[in-house]
Amino acid sequence: MVRNRDSAVLDRDDNAGDARAELVVDDQFEVRAAKAESRRGLLLALPAWLYLMVLFVAPLAIVTVYSFATRTRSGTELSGWNLDSYRKLGEPIVRDILFRSLTLAIITTVICLVIAYPFSYYLATRPERIRNVMLVFVMIPFWTNFLVRNFAWRVILGNDGPLTRVTETVGLGEVELLFTPVAVVLGLVYGFLPFMILPLYAAIERVDGRLLEASRDLGATGFESFRQVLLPLTMPGVIAGSILVFVPSLGAYVTPEILGGAKTTLLGSYIVIQFLTARNWPFGAALSFVLMAIMLVATLIYFRKGGRTL
Amino acid sequence: MSVTQPRGATKRLLQFNSWFVYLFFYAPIILLVIFSFSDSPNVGVWGGFTLDWYSEFADSSQTRSALGNSIKVALVSTVISVVLGTMAALALERFTFRGKRVFDALLYLPIIIPDVTMAIMLLLFFSEAANILGFQKGFATIALSHVAFNISFVSVVVRARLAGMDQRLEEAAVDLYASRWKAFRHVTLPLIMPGIAGGALLALTLSLDDVVITQFVNGPGWTTLPVFVFGLIRKGVTPLINAVSVVMLVISTVLVLLSLITERARSDS
Repeated sequence: MVRNRDSAVLDRDDNAGDARAELVVDDQFEVRAAKAESRRGLLLALPAWLYLMVLFVAPLAIVTVYSFATRTRSGTELSGWNLDSYRKLGEPIVRDILFRSLTLAIITTVICLVIAYPFSYYLATRPERIRNVMLVFVMIPFWTNFLVRNFAWRVILGNDGPLTRVTETVGLGEVELLFTPVAVVLGLVYGFLPFMILPLYAAIERVDGRLLEASRDLGATGFESFRQVLLPLTMPGVIAGSILVFVPSLGAYVTPEILGGAKTTLLGSYIVIQFLTARNWPFGAALSFVLMAIMLVATLIYFRKGGRTL
Repeated sequence: MSVTQPRGATKRLLQFNSWFVYLFFYAPIILLVIFSFSDSPNVGVWGGFTLDWYSEFADSSQTRSALGNSIKVALVSTVISVVLGTMAALALERFTFRGKRVFDALLYLPIIIPDVTMAIMLLLFFSEAANILGFQKGFATIALSHVAFNISFVSVVVRARLAGMDQRLEEAAVDLYASRWKAFRHVTLPLIMPGIAGGALLALTLSLDDVVITQFVNGPGWTTLPVFVFGLIRKGVTPLINAVSVVMLVISTVLVLLSLITERARSDS
């Protein structure tokens, strides 16, 4: 824009010499070239843009409309907007499910953090070749079918399964974990642990080791040095990992369906029930809107505080 | 060395923890593979070696058609999303244009939105569209939905590659009188090829793995392998599921190995 104004000034200058006249031409050429570049960029982006407008933005708008609609005997009445579906969020059953989902998602996040932090630290201290191998073996589960990985736990925890074998041999008797919240948390931790390890490792690996040595030289204990130097320095990684685990845990649907029972209905399953069994689409839409709102807040925090570690 | 080396008890604790992590990651997968060869009607009990569950898998027309459907959807959605995602990545890394920041943000949304929410969005969208246009849900709706999330993943991977590439190479080609297209075709494209391949493998994997979204946009009689398996699990587990799971596991493992190879190609060049 500054360039445009400059050339306008030059245009008005009647005494402009040849050199200046050339400059004017050059300037306009650059403006035109920049415009052509901008058009090219837009053309390249256009197919994906249009695609997402039709298959992402339009569906999002439809969910928004549905969340304000009314449920009728035969289906959904779109005219006559109201907030009934959002009022329903205050009902005790719904509050219980929201509370349970939040609790399990927080527990999952904390467990992942406790396991992943020391692991990532240890990873960062290994020689590079070993470290790369170790990282590959973290990446493999990350790529493996999520459904299959959850089903594996169903096999382990099931009747007469390997877990029962182990506990009976040890003398604990039969331990019934399947279809309990413990099994759901186990499945979620198993599914999302790599999401915690990778950003944490990225953050810890970047820390200047001399800072830790300096704190020890100045008389800090190992724990003090961790608490006051390493942890604050790696906080962006902690936040990034926590959000990457918390958001999908909160919206989890496959894991509670496979490992949870009737008493462990979580937000994700509850949303699906509204669409497939209860046929209350407006309420289901309002619930998924709540889930999306939590996700958006978490993402904003992620980009503010932890985004740089990924 | 970036961080200080742990010593003594701390080191042993850290070592123990990392062995635990690997055991936790791999024991369930290994057990699943073992039990898929077990001659017992119970999924978690060893009853001698058998290949019955695999032959049941191979004989069942349902599982075979579901596997075929999965592959079809994965290939079609990958091709479309690689083209659109690569174009989007080029636009974002090499050009400035009006609305670039909005487009950038829009591309991130399908990655971070929970599966269930995206599934509901597409369910409502296709049921509204079917009311107006009158079509059956099935192959097309599934493939279109998979493209909707895969474009974003492909563009992230390709962008990373473009950002790491020396832009002066393209400038040199243009200085040497290559047209923009020629410079792209002969310089940029070969250099970002490992990124495109990586993006394509990620798209294939995500498409082959997806249960939640597919379940909501599939039609009567048209299902993919993960959705079929998910239905079986909910009806009651049988060792057949073990065998199908191992087949899916093998497919994912092949894709991981391929992606590691392209990754190596990426870091070499």
